[in-house]
Amino acid sequence: MKQLLVFIRKEFYHVFRDRRTLLILFGLPLVQILLFGYALTSEVKNVDLVVINTSGDLLAQQLTARLQASALFNVQEKQLSPTEIENEFKKGHIKAALIFPSGFSNDLIKIQRAGFQVLTDGSEPNISKTITRYLSTIVQDFRQEHSTAALAPFTIVPELRMLYNEEGNGSINFVPGVLALILMIVCTALTSVAVVREKETGTMEILLVSPFRPAMVLVAKAVPFLLLSLANFSVILLLAVYVLNVPLAGSLLLLFVITLLFIATSLSFGLLISNATSSQQVALLISMMGLMLPTIIFTGFIFPLENMPLPFQWISNLVPAKWYYSAVKSVMLKGLGLAYVWKEMSVLCLMTILLLTITVKRFQIRLT
Amino acid sequence: MELLINHKSASPADNNAVIECRDLTKKFGNFLAVDRISFSVKPGEIFGFLGANGAGKTTAMRMLCGLSYPSSGHATVAGFDVYRQQEKIKRHIGYMSQKFSLYDDLTPLENIQFFGGIYGVPARVIKERSRELVRSLGLEKEATKLVSGLPLGWKQKLAFAIALFHQPRIVFLDEPTGGVDPVTRRQFWDMIYEAAEKGVTIFVTTHYMDEAAYCNRVTIMVDGKIEALDTPASLMQQFACDNMDEVFYRLARTARRKDP
Amino acid sequence: MKKNNLYTSLSPDPGDTPIIAEHISKSYNKGTAPALSNVSLTVKKGELFGLIGPDGAGKTTLFRILTTLLLADSGQARISGYDVVKDFKQIRSTVGYMPGKFSLYQDLTVQENLTFFAALFGTEVATQYELIRDIYDQIEPFKNRRAGKLSGGMKQKLALCCALIHKPSVLFLDEPTTGVDVVSRREFWEMLQKLKRQGITILVSTPYMEEAVLCDRIALIQNGQLLNIDTPSQITGTFPAALYAVKAASIYTLLKDLRSWNQVESCYAFGEWLHVTLRQHTGDARALIREYAAAKAHQQVTVQLIAPTIEDSFIRLATTNPLQHGTPNQP
Repeated sequence: MKQLLVFIRKEFYHVFRDRRTLLILFGLPLVQILLFGYALTSEVKNVDLVVINTSGDLLAQQLTARLQASALFNVQEKQLSPTEIENEFKKGHIKAALIFPSGFSNDLIKIQRAGFQVLTDGSEPNISKTITRYLSTIVQDFRQEHSTAALAPFTIVPELRMLYNEEGNGSINFVPGVLALILMIVCTALTSVAVVREKETGTMEILLVSPFRPAMVLVAKAVPFLLLSLANFSVILLLAVYVLNVPLAGSLLLLFVITLLFIATSLSFGLLISNATSSQQVALLISMMGLMLPTIIFTGFIFPLENMPLPFQWISNLVPAKWYYSAVKSVMLKGLGLAYVWKEMSVLCLMTILLLTITVKRFQIRLT
Repeated sequence: MELLINHKSASPADNNAVIECRDLTKKFGNFLAVDRISFSVKPGEIFGFLGANGAGKTTAMRMLCGLSYPSSGHATVAGFDVYRQQEKIKRHIGYMSQKFSLYDDLTPLENIQFFGGIYGVPARVIKERSRELVRSLGLEKEATKLVSGLPLGWKQKLAFAIALFHQPRIVFLDEPTGGVDPVTRRQFWDMIYEAAEKGVTIFVTTHYMDEAAYCNRVTIMVDGKIEALDTPASLMQQFACDNMDEVFYRLARTARRKDP
Repeated sequence: MKKNNLYTSLSPDPGDTPIIAEHISKSYNKGTAPALSNVSLTVKKGELFGLIGPDGAGKTTLFRILTTLLLADSGQARISGYDVVKDFKQIRSTVGYMPGKFSLYQDLTVQENLTFFAALFGTEVATQYELIRDIYDQIEPFKNRRAGKLSGGMKQKLALCCALIHKPSVLFLDEPTTGVDVVSRREFWEMLQKLKRQGITILVSTPYMEEAVLCDRIALIQNGQLLNIDTPSQITGTFPAALYAVKAASIYTLLKDLRSWNQVESCYAFGEWLHVTLRQHTGDARALIREYAAAKAHQQVTVQLIAPTIEDSFIRLATTNPLQHGTPNQP
């Protein structure tokens, strides 16, 4: 036991003396959280918006004038066909479109109820949501002003549609995503590199030619990164809750257990990689290409999974981060309990058992 | 073996010394890595450059190869000034080190083409000479296989031949024979002798003290200074030793800066 | 010591023969030359045994097989009576091993490295201090320095300390003096002599032939084959021919001239001298050589009958062994 403790202490020396490792450990979570939290949800200004008022409706014109008065929008009035609108979106010329039906004023006056369509670019969900929010406010103001005047109280129903991202993944979803990403980097990439470095410098030879049990080398390597990633988890969580005001709806304990499970999966992955490679570069490359990219692509926190072709959706099931992301979202954002995340947790459990079995089976007590 | 050396193009200031150094000094902060060394090397001479780790050998060699500027003192290599004409020096010297000399994932021919190309040897000449070189080294069968498959001794001979490929006036060899078996090591020295006989100056560092005795003259550096410079025979006489190993040991153990 | 029936098949008594290797062969890739072929050797208790050969001769492979890091294709080996395959655990707690490459943690200090390796072997620096004191005293002034910042000689001393920290009965040192300057090399060999006097069995490998005489017995190895095993004096004593050292004013011309003379069997440069053996001849060899040199107009010719060195023996064995191949005889 004392051997193990000394070994673990040595691992901490390595971590705290290597600038690159430190940067990844403590710099990366901070940067990612701030990047996703601020840069990507920055305030909306000067959004290019096109207004299609085919019939030159009067009340529609008044509403448009209000939009023009706002600093938020660059309003252009155009006559565009639906295909032309779509092209404008694709080229990125506009972020939103307002389409008034021909009898807008008429409806309002006669039946006190009219609708118009709002199209926004859903590939930028944050911007989309903001636009929609502002539009509703403006419509609300407009309604109140007019209800005091000659007109009878009426309702305007904006029909909102986000193109390309119908569900509208919002800004708070990135926190579980960043958690998955950071834990994957720390547990998988850093752990595998730490083991492989011993092979590269030749110290593994001395470790093997010692009474220290070879399998314990893996344990000793995993423990520091387990502790460090728990620290990371706490930092990210604190940042998310207190700086970015992301709600923590569900049980903290459950969240912790799920995270521990995911850390175990990632560590097993890291150990398996270190088993199969003998150079730090290769280990890093496999961790990055083989795990980081799938984590970014297939978890659904940047690209919605529902919109992917089916084969990709199947592949996504193999990515541990997908299950973690889904479970964290349920617990943290939706406040759901164990009954709703047991499936994700069992998948992670199975993956960990499988990975550890392969690692232990493949483990070499000699050089090859 | 034909090593194809001829020196039609004489260097500008050819005052008969190929390397001329006077009070050459290199300081790193307050640390005198090389402390006022002076010597001159004649054409065709095999000049041994010895010293314990940290004695300043590598620093001195870097200055002479045009890789770093001296702090003070004068030196010319192949007639070119180490301060002002570094690029010309690099063009007129050959360099081979034990640590890196060939690309393992290229074939011998590709290595020759690459290094020939770097030194601006015309493509036609490279083609002609590389064929001859491969034949003279007995590497015909291996010429188009990867260098990684060659025995260490052959790699070293090939590396030396490549260092001579652009017909330099001086070749710097940094511990060229480390780890090679004794027979191959001697074959390597045969090549060195042959090149020297054709007028190429050989500037060599080595850890093998018997090799020091192969040199025409030997310098031994201790703590950045040249402590001895003479023929091996005179040095052995001067220090009353039977071999160079003993001479070196006597000088090097007086070193103060054992630890860098 | 654990008794095992298999001992009977191996003749030497493991009690006073801590290292026994029998018919060890190993290839890394099919089709390429084997790294080791049919290597057998024994090292007696308290012996300082040298494995001498160039890079790629198979020294490291043999070390790894004997330290249980690698499995041989065939043959068997015992360390302190333990089988290298079956009893690897026992071997791992009794041997000290210093790999060829500097294999300590460069980002840990001298002190931290020592503490770590002591703990790894379940001991403490303080308990083992007597054994390493001589060596440790030399690196003690640098104990708070990171290992990566030490000089080559200091690194070797630290590595030796770490290999000794658990008081091993058998010590494996793979090329401990390679790339280390002459002064540090001598100091290192002095340390080995001291350790030997404390009863530790040492197997050490080196590419430097001149270090052979510092060993009790040596094995010469090239291309995975042992050329000879004996005491250094016995190896040089059985050199099969009379050896002459010749020198003249122009040593390279003399070398070429002697090589082209059909009387000469071998001629190799040794420092300022040429070491020459002759084929069957009549009369005084020294006079013959002198006459030949004079006929070729050489100046200041000296010829002496000399005792061969280990390097002479190595070259002789390597070039006359019919199994040796791959040593190009060019140019």
